[in-house]
Amino acid sequence: MNVLRAPLLPLRAGLAQIGACGIFLFRILRALPLSLRYLRETVRQVYFVGAMSLVIIMTCGLFVGMVLGLQLYHTLSIFGGTAALGTVVALSLYRELGPVVTALLFAGRAGTSITAEIGLMRATDQIDAMEMMAVDPLAFVVAPRFLAGIIAMPILASVFNSLGILGAHLVGVSWLGLDNGTFWSNMTANVDVWEDVINGLWKSTAFGAVITLIATFQGYSTAPTSEGVAYATTRTVVFSSIATLMIDFVMTAFLM
Amino acid sequence: MSATPASDGANPRADALISIRGLSTVLNGKTIFDGIDLDIPRGRITAVMGPSGTGKTTLMRHITGQLAPDAGEIRVDGQDVTRISRDALFGLREKIGYLFQNSALLTDYSVFENVAFPLRQHLKLPEAIVRNIVLTKLQAVGLRGAADLMPSELSGGMVRRVALARAIVRDPMMIIYDEPFVGLDPIALNQILKLIRTLNDTLGVTSILVAHELAAVRRVADRIYLLAGGKIVAQGGPDELARGGTPWTQQFFNGEADGPVPFHYPAPDYATQLGLAGGKP
Repeated sequence: MNVLRAPLLPLRAGLAQIGACGIFLFRILRALPLSLRYLRETVRQVYFVGAMSLVIIMTCGLFVGMVLGLQLYHTLSIFGGTAALGTVVALSLYRELGPVVTALLFAGRAGTSITAEIGLMRATDQIDAMEMMAVDPLAFVVAPRFLAGIIAMPILASVFNSLGILGAHLVGVSWLGLDNGTFWSNMTANVDVWEDVINGLWKSTAFGAVITLIATFQGYSTAPTSEGVAYATTRTVVFSSIATLMIDFVMTAFLM
Repeated sequence: MSATPASDGANPRADALISIRGLSTVLNGKTIFDGIDLDIPRGRITAVMGPSGTGKTTLMRHITGQLAPDAGEIRVDGQDVTRISRDALFGLREKIGYLFQNSALLTDYSVFENVAFPLRQHLKLPEAIVRNIVLTKLQAVGLRGAADLMPSELSGGMVRRVALARAIVRDPMMIIYDEPFVGLDPIALNQILKLIRTLNDTLGVTSILVAHELAAVRRVADRIYLLAGGKIVAQGGPDELARGGTPWTQQFFNGEADGPVPFHYPAPDYATQLGLAGGKP
């Protein structure tokens, strides 16, 4: 009996985690109206998870765009299609790379700090202290970070996309000598605002929600020890990355 | 009018702010409380003492509704905290000041903002009034000059005094001090002791003091409950308990290493575990 059960135990634990995370989401949503009172806290969090992530997002966006430009230019030149460089770069960024890479960076940069911060607040009784001062920590601590993730992610992804296109332009036009007008006109003719840009933004909004949900959940339910916080931070990155890629596939299938 | 003092004397429960009946708790398979009855009188300093790990903090968590017991009734100011709604519980907590073992200051906020936190969250007061209240409370704990510092810049004793200022900022009806003396030097300890006594006398609050420093507790407490092994093993005034002859009080007040509170954590038979029983190697 135990032999049969043993492999199922991690599965059961995993399902229990997902269930607990679902209940946690429900509790956040219930605390959202109350959290509107803490608008200032939400703005502060948008600054922390959004503005403070700008440097890494911009740097990575620029280099991803430059690599794309370089790789695609050589591939396209085989078929004599270098004129399509702008289009291909923009489409891959808007549809996939922008939202997904931004989400992975966001999980590493903002997700971990959210988990560690809430985890340490838990470990040092700050969460309990708020409860004792009749302040709902879900409304004051968790919901503002959750909202901040949803607000910041699409903006960060847009910045990433813009820098990516700039990077591809730098390589394709300034370095490899592609015609400037061709680069831009082909791009604007073939990239659709609704199909490509807005759908990409939907994706990044969803990623922002999922990553901050996982990050806050891991921090909130961490064991109040240094080891517990360390594990929770690791789990945030692992689960966020997996969730991002899985949701990306599902959303792509539906949005196509 | 003459009935009031008479009923006070005859029935101490009528005067109790907190009244606990039949409290039982099992945590991780370990019995923490086994049918405890306990009353905390209004306007007095009641100390809950006992060896580490007897559930003193757990008892405070029950009283404040942070943790639900397995059985029993906990009435605080007439309300059963095990049954009331979250809103009612939050309403009750607004009237309770809680000093955490590790002070639990919000590390992102300055001393001033920490003390102002409960005011800002619950009352819409003009900034000038918030400022005056906070400075008054900081003055009471002697830290008005530290208002602009961050918690990380304070010493252990100062952190605890800031936490105390935060606990009293809304003039609560009751203050719970959870291990307020741990890790304090003699000067800081005396300062905290003096504050506990002064606050109790001037504000007329009910104070619950969780501690195991006997010498300190004897100086302020009006009444002491001694918890051990999931039960209340002794209760009474400090001097009464010090004189009292139960084995529990003897061991605790004389600091004996072994006695009714065993030195050894429950374990299987020593010889068996070492493989010496029954002649086996």
